[in-house]
Amino acid sequence: MSKLDIIVTVNGKTVLGSVEPRMSLLDFLRSEIGLTGTHMGCEHGVCGACSILFDEVPVRSCLMLAVQANNHALTTVEGLCNEDGSTGELQDAFRDAHAMQCGYCTPGMLISAHALLETNPDPSLEDIKEAIGGNLCRCTGYVQIIEAIQLASTRRSGANQS
Amino acid sequence: MKPAPFCYTLANSIEEVVTILDESGGDAIIIAGGQTLMPMMALRMARPEIVVDINSIKELAGIISSDDEVTIKACTRQTTALESSIVVDRLPLLAKAIAFVGHQQIRNRGTVGGSLSLADPASEIPLAALTMDAYVTLRSVNGSRTVSITDFFVGPMMTVCESNELMVSVHFPTGPAGERVGTSFHEVSERHGDFAIVAVAAQICLDGDGVCTRAAVAIGGAHDHPLRASSLEAKLVSKKISSDVIQSGLTEILKLLEPYDDQHASASYRRETASILAERAITEALANAQEATQ
Repeated sequence: MSKLDIIVTVNGKTVLGSVEPRMSLLDFLRSEIGLTGTHMGCEHGVCGACSILFDEVPVRSCLMLAVQANNHALTTVEGLCNEDGSTGELQDAFRDAHAMQCGYCTPGMLISAHALLETNPDPSLEDIKEAIGGNLCRCTGYVQIIEAIQLASTRRSGANQS
Repeated sequence: MKPAPFCYTLANSIEEVVTILDESGGDAIIIAGGQTLMPMMALRMARPEIVVDINSIKELAGIISSDDEVTIKACTRQTTALESSIVVDRLPLLAKAIAFVGHQQIRNRGTVGGSLSLADPASEIPLAALTMDAYVTLRSVNGSRTVSITDFFVGPMMTVCESNELMVSVHFPTGPAGERVGTSFHEVSERHGDFAIVAVAAQICLDGDGVCTRAAVAIGGAHDHPLRASSLEAKLVSKKISSDVIQSGLTEILKLLEPYDDQHASASYRRETASILAERAITEALANAQEATQ
């Protein structure tokens, strides 16, 4: 099958690609442009490890074709870092609250948590559970992940008040 | 876990889609949200020659409110429908059902028409549409036709939509103004966001005296397609619904269903759960209608 040319904005940068129609957006991110922060879990839309923001809303990158990202804007977990490459405030909160063990689900959790806090800076426990409901974690039992999101929310509101 | 090779076309108009569908003789498949098609292709359960992308067709997305119905264009995202004030105000049952569909990542891509076209016997939007007497508009090169949802589903993952037809919209009649309407949606699944093992939707309409004027109860996951419990509904209409009336109706459910065994639940579990969820849904829809102002 002939390849198709695409132009995608990834974490604010314009990226050109030439992809087979059947290539998933996940494979494009990981294999074509080397952004391996987005993890490949189940590859059929169950685990949430491959979550990214597509035009600012969370989607599963394994359930989209790379060609469908043409002329759209994506944010991956790498895009949650500060401009100097250091970890962002949400990532710091995950580290401080011990919100990961093996780390496999973490990029997807961070994307879901980021999307939540962007639209709902002071989420309830139920809001957080709903937001990360599509992300499976087999290690933590979720409690520390929830606490990390609460910590990030508290730090943000504290920063806004001072 | 990679799809077999295919050709990809980003369609710009409904006419372009139906022309491709017609000329391909069944080898083309439509991708809308792709939340089911992508895994089906990855598992090689679907091996289309041509994938036609309808996501850029503006006339296939949007929600239109008129006096007696609400029209949702087929490629409207589930999230868009869930957050639409038209849907929340005029189609509360649909909003309740969509809240059970997958997770936000799924609903952000998944479409209302896609869920109906797929016709999974356990999925929520078909069940809500069946309860609300919805109908769909299908388009082909030969023109348009409308099909009642009652006639649309013919079996598991099977509808009357022909391989050269595109679903363009789904229409929900909203009933006469001033009617007191109550709705409820209940489901049992292994985890929140999973496909339902059994789900029940109910819509109850009351007159000024509290007598039931219309009742719609539909059951998903306990039959090879979503099923309206007509004989149960008949036991509710023209009565002031009490718990005795509901109990007499529930016996009808057991006669209607032919549930299946699978890895998630046995047929007998599905049968019993359908009855329990129906009782909850009818009771809640009734209370919801009683609270509604005329």
